[in-house]
Amino acid sequence: MRFIFKTDYNQDIRLFQHGGQVFWYGLLGVLLLAAPFLVSGYVLSQLHFICIYAIVGLGLMLLVGYTGQISLGHAAFLATGAYTEALLQAAGMPFFISLISAALFSAAVGIIVGLPALRLKGIYLAIATFAFNVIVEEIITRWESVTGGNSGKLLKAIEIFGYRLGSQESFYYLCLCLTVLSVLALINLLRSPTGRAFVAIRDSEVSASCMGINLARYKTMSFALSAGLTGIGGALYAHKVGFISPEQFTLIQSIELVTIVIIGGVGSLHGAVLGAAFIIMMPQGISIAKGWLPDTIPQAGLQSVVFGLILIGFIVFEPYGLYGRWLKIRTYFDVFPFYRRGTFRRQRNYLRSERLR
Amino acid sequence: MSFFVVENIGIRFGGVVAVGGVSFSVNRGEVYTIIGPNGAGKTTIFNLIGLIYPPTTGRILFEGEEVKGAPHNVAERGIARTFQNIELFEHATVLQNLLIGRHRHRRTNLLDELLFLPKVRRAELAQREAVERVIDLLDLQHYRDSLVAGLPYGVRKVVELGRALATEPKLVLLDEPSSGLNPDETDDMAFWIEDIQKELGITVLMVEHDMNLVSRVSTRVLALNEGRVIAEGTPAEVQAHPAVIEAYLGGGE
Amino acid sequence: MFSQFLQLTLAGVAQGCVYALVALGFVLIYKATETVNFAQGDLMMLGAFFALTASVILGWPYWATILFAIVVMALVGMLIERIVIRPVLGYPTFTVVMITIGVGYVLRGVVTMVPGWGTETHSLKTPFGDQVIRFGGAVLAVEQIATIGFTAALCLALYLFFRFARLGVAMQATSQNQLAAYYMGIPVQRVNMLIWGLAAAVAAFGGILLAPSAFVHSNMGFIGLKAFPAAVVGGFGSVPGAIVGGLIIGIVEALAGFYLPEGFKDIAAYVVVLVVLLFMPSGIFGETARKKV
Repeated sequence: MRFIFKTDYNQDIRLFQHGGQVFWYGLLGVLLLAAPFLVSGYVLSQLHFICIYAIVGLGLMLLVGYTGQISLGHAAFLATGAYTEALLQAAGMPFFISLISAALFSAAVGIIVGLPALRLKGIYLAIATFAFNVIVEEIITRWESVTGGNSGKLLKAIEIFGYRLGSQESFYYLCLCLTVLSVLALINLLRSPTGRAFVAIRDSEVSASCMGINLARYKTMSFALSAGLTGIGGALYAHKVGFISPEQFTLIQSIELVTIVIIGGVGSLHGAVLGAAFIIMMPQGISIAKGWLPDTIPQAGLQSVVFGLILIGFIVFEPYGLYGRWLKIRTYFDVFPFYRRGTFRRQRNYLRSERLR
Repeated sequence: MSFFVVENIGIRFGGVVAVGGVSFSVNRGEVYTIIGPNGAGKTTIFNLIGLIYPPTTGRILFEGEEVKGAPHNVAERGIARTFQNIELFEHATVLQNLLIGRHRHRRTNLLDELLFLPKVRRAELAQREAVERVIDLLDLQHYRDSLVAGLPYGVRKVVELGRALATEPKLVLLDEPSSGLNPDETDDMAFWIEDIQKELGITVLMVEHDMNLVSRVSTRVLALNEGRVIAEGTPAEVQAHPAVIEAYLGGGE
Repeated sequence: MFSQFLQLTLAGVAQGCVYALVALGFVLIYKATETVNFAQGDLMMLGAFFALTASVILGWPYWATILFAIVVMALVGMLIERIVIRPVLGYPTFTVVMITIGVGYVLRGVVTMVPGWGTETHSLKTPFGDQVIRFGGAVLAVEQIATIGFTAALCLALYLFFRFARLGVAMQATSQNQLAAYYMGIPVQRVNMLIWGLAAAVAAFGGILLAPSAFVHSNMGFIGLKAFPAAVVGGFGSVPGAIVGGLIIGIVEALAGFYLPEGFKDIAAYVVVLVVLLFMPSGIFGETARKKV
């Protein structure tokens, strides 16, 4: 069992708590950097998606897991990022300009959503966000002069300072770089006053407000940051798939994004990455499983059923998600043989007054 | 100039007059306690001061200027409060709860924090030091890294107090600080209130039921009943006041 | 002009009745357990499929198919509550919402996998067929009038049930205060299960009424998503609100489809809900609640 003896306030703040963490994350870093040489082209392609969805997952995690808001319409921000990137690239803008614009435009849209959302909580916010998603989708479909409507938009490969990122490897390193930067940015945020303000809003809006946290400003900030990050993911997504159209950004996609957060584990950055990995690898797993099933069962609805069952299963059996399960396993070994099943028991709020936050 | 003045504050919820025309003023450096039977409107007055509800009548003046806006404006002026039923941040550690209390002292903005510039680190260390002083005062070292959700009630009450103190207020509102505490813990609370007043120089406005605690620490007392003032004075004066005795014990002896 | 308007309004009211029914089931569940059931539309879809089976595949008379679908869906609703919802009692609202979304996925997937149902679109006609009546220059489909009539009859039946039947009164009691209901000897968990059954049955009824115009297919439930705007407009947690809200959304949609440019019809409901949430979040009949500190 590891015991960390701290003598300095800095030890609480710094990124890695102890040597062991440096080692393991370092190893992970080396593996990720070497990935193009270690894995097949197909796996590398999946890694692209995992990075993209991890970035989006981080954005959504910030809003849902750390600020306690709900968004069933995050695909709309994915769309704003993707279309901004497509339009600016077609207009000849350099990649970094278009990427930052995608982020800023999405953040601005996030503020537009966030402002009215200030007064809405719970189910009202959920409905407002998904209504917003539907409306954005429709706007994209109808505004054909700009977005190409249902015919969609094509994108070329990214060019940075004249160097064309056409290969799988180069795109991978770009995605990996952006993912790592996003994670670092959020870690920084969470160990500073703004991050704590978000957590305060999540746990008790009334007392957060009484501690001097301007609810309006911070909630809007959270929406903006979340949307901006999702916009970056959207821009990368657009390049990954090469062709974007309105039906890629519907409520179904929004629900998939929320599932990333739930499966990964609400309230942890690791969760966003783990959840993204799980969601991307799930169709693979289902395809493999299909091979085992008898031929009489039609294959068509299987993905839907499995997705639904996984979602239900995680919520009922693993409310802390994949990261939570990992923590439980690690704690088991850490405190062996003193591990108690009740250590991670989830608090249930039966009283209506407690649920009205 | 008066330190803290409540002028004719009142609020009605529908047809119910929860608080009707209450006025009092608190002097700098004193411990001013509000007592009254349940439902007298004491916590409601705190909520009005904290701008959680907007008052129907009256206003509140702090250091000569009116207190208005949103609850976070109240905190920025230097008024902190605790809650009767404990409103801590359950899924955060005690340390994080106290650090959130330091929010009004932050000097960094979003961009600085995303990049975690050296000035953010310096600010964090300074906040941590300030919070450690509160932890020292309240003996919370043992619980520093525990999640609030698992802590016993008595400890949570202390953390609630600590979070209010972490804001470095000029005036602190304590809502029933001793409710739910056993005699030992109430004793500790009394010492802390005295420390807050004498060592930290913070003015205390308190709602309390425990008359021993009230007599022990209060400079002056205000008695409320059914949303109106019925007596004001030193603890001894108020306890002996006939209207107060009637409100608590009923008329006739 | 007027006849056009009348036709549109009637069509809107008929469609609104379907929304109202889905919203009604959804509000029943919300009132009782504070659970938001995103699978309500899919329950409607499943109900329509059961009716389809009875009517087309088994060849039963119309009234029998309605009864069959309602009874079966009531059982399905109760089963869902018992297996999926009860284990997560006390979890945060958002979590339970996600579970219901998961249930929706499972229902859609299962329906696609059943032989005979699959992914095709089926037709389920009412006995009224394509009859119309002419009134003041307007052509009004009998089917639509029947939809409105059936919905009104169902609302009356539910009103009487909640007012006078023991079970109905018990359901009202558990909606308002579970703890007190327990003290009065009401088996709250069982009542909640029955409420889910009732909500599913109402949804099934809605599905049958919707079937003639929208056809029966596995994605039919998405029409039910508009029940959310309906419930919000009427005031969340209010049963008459759900009906009124549904009718309003139906009418707004029908009028938007004709008088406004292309595409507005699809988003009309959502624009309305955003406007309501901005200016009148508690809807027409609803109430807001906040925590007392």
